[in-house]
Amino acid sequence: MKERLQQLQQEALEKIEQANDLKALNDVRVAYLGKKGPITEVLRGMGALSPEERPVMGALVNEVREVIQTALEARQATLEQAEVEKKLAAEAIDVTLPGRPIRRGNHHPLTRVIEEIEDLFIGMGYTIAEGPEVEKDYYNFEALNLPKGHPARDMQDSFYITEEILLRTHTSPVQARTMEKHQGRGPVKIICPGKVYRRDNDDATHSHQFTQIEGLVVDEHIRMSDLKGTLREFARKMFGEDRDIRFRPSFFPFTEPSVEVDVSCANCGGHGCSVCKGTGWIEILGAGMVHPNVLEMAGFDSKKYTGFAFGMGPERIAMLKYGIDDIRHFYQNDVRFLQQFNRV
Amino acid sequence: MFVSYKWLQQYVDLTNITAKELADRITKAGIEVESVEVRNKGIQGVVIGHVLEREQHPNADKLSKCFVDIGEGEPVQIICGAPNVAKGQKVAVAKVGAVLPGNFKIKRAKLRGEESNGMICSLQELGVESKLVPKEYADGIFVFPSDAPVGADALELLYLDDEVLELSLTPNRADCLSMIGVAYEVAAILGRSVKLPAIELHENSESVHDYISVRVDTPKDNPLYVGRIVKNVKIGPSPLWMQARLMAAGIRPHNNVVDITNYILLEYGQPLHAFDYDRLGSKEIVVRRAKAGETIVTLDDVERTLTEEHLVITNGKEPVALAGVMGGANSEVCDKTVNVFIEAAYFNGATIRQAVKDHGLRSESSTRFEKGIDPARTKEALDRAAMLMAEYAGGEVIGGVVEVNTLQRKDVVVTITLDRINNVLGTTITKEEVAGILTNLQFTFTEENGTFTITVPSRRRDIAIEEDIIEEVARLYGYDNLPATLPVGEAKPGKLTPYQAKRRKVRRYLEDAGLFQAITYSLTNEAKATMFALETAEPIRLALPMSEERSVLRQSLVPHLLEAASYNRARQVENVALYEIGSVYLANGEHELPNEKERLAGVLTGVWHAHVWQGEKKAVDFYVAKGILDGLFALLGLENRVEYKQAKREHLHPGRTADMLLDGKTIGFIAQLHPIVQKQFDLKETYVFELDLEVLLKAEVDNIRYTAIPRFPSITRDIALVVDEHVVAGELQKAIIEAGGELLKDVSIFDVYKGDRLPEGKKSIAFALRYYDPERTLTDEEVTNVHEQVIKAVEQQFGATLRG
Ligand SMILES: [Zn+2]
Repeated sequence: MKERLQQLQQEALEKIEQANDLKALNDVRVAYLGKKGPITEVLRGMGALSPEERPVMGALVNEVREVIQTALEARQATLEQAEVEKKLAAEAIDVTLPGRPIRRGNHHPLTRVIEEIEDLFIGMGYTIAEGPEVEKDYYNFEALNLPKGHPARDMQDSFYITEEILLRTHTSPVQARTMEKHQGRGPVKIICPGKVYRRDNDDATHSHQFTQIEGLVVDEHIRMSDLKGTLREFARKMFGEDRDIRFRPSFFPFTEPSVEVDVSCANCGGHGCSVCKGTGWIEILGAGMVHPNVLEMAGFDSKKYTGFAFGMGPERIAMLKYGIDDIRHFYQNDVRFLQQFNRV
Repeated sequence: MFVSYKWLQQYVDLTNITAKELADRITKAGIEVESVEVRNKGIQGVVIGHVLEREQHPNADKLSKCFVDIGEGEPVQIICGAPNVAKGQKVAVAKVGAVLPGNFKIKRAKLRGEESNGMICSLQELGVESKLVPKEYADGIFVFPSDAPVGADALELLYLDDEVLELSLTPNRADCLSMIGVAYEVAAILGRSVKLPAIELHENSESVHDYISVRVDTPKDNPLYVGRIVKNVKIGPSPLWMQARLMAAGIRPHNNVVDITNYILLEYGQPLHAFDYDRLGSKEIVVRRAKAGETIVTLDDVERTLTEEHLVITNGKEPVALAGVMGGANSEVCDKTVNVFIEAAYFNGATIRQAVKDHGLRSESSTRFEKGIDPARTKEALDRAAMLMAEYAGGEVIGGVVEVNTLQRKDVVVTITLDRINNVLGTTITKEEVAGILTNLQFTFTEENGTFTITVPSRRRDIAIEEDIIEEVARLYGYDNLPATLPVGEAKPGKLTPYQAKRRKVRRYLEDAGLFQAITYSLTNEAKATMFALETAEPIRLALPMSEERSVLRQSLVPHLLEAASYNRARQVENVALYEIGSVYLANGEHELPNEKERLAGVLTGVWHAHVWQGEKKAVDFYVAKGILDGLFALLGLENRVEYKQAKREHLHPGRTADMLLDGKTIGFIAQLHPIVQKQFDLKETYVFELDLEVLLKAEVDNIRYTAIPRFPSITRDIALVVDEHVVAGELQKAIIEAGGELLKDVSIFDVYKGDRLPEGKKSIAFALRYYDPERTLTDEEVTNVHEQVIKAVEQQFGATLRG
């Protein structure tokens, strides 16, 4: 009987090993461990054994069942694993096919530049002031020390609507309006971005409509060296930490002294290249100390208050920064142009 | 202003400083030198030759065979094509081996069988601009004075071994519209002195008052008028050095008298005019405003009709010059002129500007008057002109000056402290440094305890206040020496206003939703100005537009966005989604500024989404556009306050247009473009929208408040309602929400059907209704109760039936 059991175990283990799918394995289970299987038969034959032999034999039968059961389970796990793997293999995809595209637009390059400049100055404590594009002659010129008949008005040929109303030629009227609102009390610390208009024929370097950003600080004890420090800070944040700036004397009716501000060329590091026309410097800003007439007209005591102002053109900065060669691109809105500014 | 380096040397010592270095120094100190032109454009080997013989070329009508002494042994044979070449002339000869501008090398040649050993040159061939060449030599070679030494360097005699600095002057620096003014500037920069030209005038014993009298009727236009008479002049060419200097400055030489007036204009910045005394037609000069309709033929032979705004010089009867701008042809100096009346005056800039504007005539004279001259030098300039006419035109200066002078001149005195200078600049400049700078500027000043009292010379009309002095100090001290500091004082943080911050979020949202930001022009044409406008007003026209296309301010952003879409489509970019945020301009009466309103508009056309290999492709339609706006309203917290209403608007598809209402007020529209307009813009199916951004961004919204995450299950019930086809989904949904009360949390549409399986004129809309109570689990019975109320409500209000 013992031999029979050992033989059965041997047989069962072999068949388990040979079962190649779950069905075959189940057949083996039914065949050996089922109610009609040979082990059950052996149990039935135990009645013929002596009372001493029975427990020994019973233990042996259980042992054999256990061994077979364990082998069945192990084999089942292996077969299941193989089945899953087979299924997954059939599910394989081509990961190089294109993904479902996400549609994404982006800022206009001018907005990109303007927001960057705005954020730089916000970081330095400025707020953003806005004002009308259709402006009174008074705010566009007179309040900025450009009385009627002043020769410097020729510098900014304007689009008039009536004798007293025109499209603003710069964003400076926003400065005049903001100062006026302050009623002679400082500090004023603003950045004025916006559209401006001049009588120019549109070509690669001129546009009858363009944008400007101007800045104004008015307070007691504002010095021209503060202007230099502020603009240096700006230039370094905007164009790179190793940039330097220089002032060249100039003339604007609304500032005195007036300067033009160059930033050392980021392309060549100041050694001279085609971008900076060999000079190592690129003109970026106009600036100066607010003219006392401008302060007084806006209600500030020019003996007590001083201020500085500066202005720049986002088009020019964008053209330098991105190597754009024609100002008309900014206003044609060619999608193939716009979408080039779609990343960090 | 063109400044000859050589000429400038006459007034300032330029030892040890090259033209290029000088240009850099001038630029750094405030006047931009745009270019330094080397007048010798690579020329070598051009000498003075003496034409000993000239004969006809045997084989060519238009050529001459010349024998020219060039100071090197035997005369050389040169073939010359110039019509004016003649025996006895002194001419410029480019020898064999010479180099002319453009690296043009002169070689021995045979011209129609005759040997030619060099070339006789015109001024143009020596690099002089045609418009500067004296008229008589314009079509031929230049003839030198007979005393020009044979073999000498022709370039040197023509003063072409010079460099010319082109100054770009800002309007405040009119003082540098003269060589003397530039000399003062250069002297201040270099710390050197100025040598003024010498004036030695020999007047005869006659009195100018016997020749002429002057009356000024409008002293405001003409506060100073002086004149002299020079008699018995011989008109001829002016000396070569003078012609050369005029040409270097960009003025064409004419004759000695005219050249001298121009020379003085350049030297002193004082415009002069020379009249032919005998052609004046009277013995008096009357300066007055022109009579309306009066005419004058100016030097350029143009008859000009005048108005009362123009100032004229008359002979008491008729105009002989348009004051300060151009002389009259009737009194012009000509070859036969013998006696000359020289006018030196100070005219009001604004008066001159008016004439310049009205007649489109800008001259060297008018430019100087417009920008303002120094009246302190007017008389000196007149004297020097008379002296030069005596010297170079053989004239005799009549004794005395005619003068009308109503000028009230006051010295400009500026007082400023050293502290003020340093406080404004942020510097620590010393008293001595400031004094040094003022001295170099040749400003008269006194200093006491750090207070400077400065008398500004009349040539510097741009200096009147403390800040002007600060600028002079700063620019000559050098801006490179200015420290870099940051403002001290209370540091308030900067930030965007809520409006600005929201506007940025709107931009980002739209871009992330797939639209590109466009920026278009504010000026448009009359027709487009009011197209699509949410609100219209009287169009605002420019007084003087540059073109009809850019003549009126826009009232909607849509037309230019359509143009942009069309521009793209013409370049094979068919799928376009653009938005713009910008102003529209609504008139507010002629004397008021218009209302500028910020709008948000968009245009969408072509394919919206394509992922073709997986079978997805979606063209833009109304609901694509609407979905973007729905998201925008949600972003702004307004989704439950905005309503879409079927609408009709011009230029838009009559069945596919909706107005958007915020709290019941129209704030914009969304629509498909009308096919006719679509065609006008050369577009395919296109959708547009425009919104009043200000109203949207200024609408007050509650702050975000947390609501508890659902803890109990919700129950969803679907219903399909059959209604008349004119019933709109939005109304049904509103009714459902109302009837659903507290427990109905969410209603969504999941199917719309119209077709064979329904009776004619009917449609079915299927809704999913989600019921939920935050406090407990709802029972079926409770939900059924509410749900039945909902069904009853839509039955009653819309005649809706449940679809079986
Ligand atoms: Zn460079």
